[in-house]
Amino acid sequence: MSCVGIVIVSHSPDVARGTADMVRQMVGEEVPVAWCGGDPAGGLGSSVEVIMEAIDKAWSDMGVAILVDLGGAETNSEMAIEMLPPERAEKVVICNAPIVEGAVMAAAEASGGASLEEVRRTAEEYSPS
Amino acid sequence: MTPTSDQIRALFTAVAETVIAHADELTDLDQAIGDGDHGLNMKRGFEAVLAELDTIAAKPLNEALKAAGMQLVMKVGGASGPLYGTLFMAIGKQLPEGDISREQLSTAFAGAVDAVMARGKSQPGQKTMLDVLVPVRDALAKGEGDLAAVAREAAAATAPMQATRGRASFLGERSIGHVDPGARSSELIVRAVAEKVEGWS
Repeated sequence: MSCVGIVIVSHSPDVARGTADMVRQMVGEEVPVAWCGGDPAGGLGSSVEVIMEAIDKAWSDMGVAILVDLGGAETNSEMAIEMLPPERAEKVVICNAPIVEGAVMAAAEASGGASLEEVRRTAEEYSPS
Repeated sequence: MTPTSDQIRALFTAVAETVIAHADELTDLDQAIGDGDHGLNMKRGFEAVLAELDTIAAKPLNEALKAAGMQLVMKVGGASGPLYGTLFMAIGKQLPEGDISREQLSTAFAGAVDAVMARGKSQPGQKTMLDVLVPVRDALAKGEGDLAAVAREAAAATAPMQATRGRASFLGERSIGHVDPGARSSELIVRAVAEKVEGWS
């Protein structure tokens, strides 16, 4: 069974890695998961180039759901999606959800074979806004 | 006007060197009301532009702007990368190749400011770079001469504003009393561009 992939984009590599660990504990290896964090020089931040690589790593024909922390991670993720080939870009969404809770919920939903839209909706149910 | 390769080189050099020279100041402003990385991020982005200067200056202005914008998108490493990258790339996309009129420049700039608003999901009045770009757009459209002065005054006018977009918005009222770092970097870029472009004919 193929599953929606999950990409975790934090300003901090530690937060991103830790979130991915929590996802793995929940769903094991069945869901493609990639994480990235930090700017191109290794400081706190996010990088369009690295986000594109993470999307590639977690790629699934079912699509990819991205979880972000703060503004720059979201803006850079939106830019990364726009720079993908159009047939891929339409299968990638950013979930408006807290990064840790959203990633765990999204992955749990994805592991059951849910569609990209279902994965996003489940993650966003945990959004405070 | 049709900018020559030398003029395009001088333009991007001036913009990059201005931003790099003010990196510490931008970082200080961002430490006051943001996450303190604006100066470093912008420096990294414009150093990448300088590193690609030979390639950039070999292109016509519209393509040069797209290439420089792409460097900013890929290298800055903060929200300002996609925001300034979008500004540069969108101007490039809308300019014709070759001869450019002031009107075409004004239209391209206005379209690019709209693109930045869409990218940042923001409007003027939220204490951001838009609070400089929008007055500059309006002055350019009216054919007013001194864009550098417009940019300078607009950046200074962000100090009493309360931020409602970007990291500074987390501070609420405490964001009041500081110039917005993005407004300041926009001012620096507009001033550097205005100085160079005035000499073009």
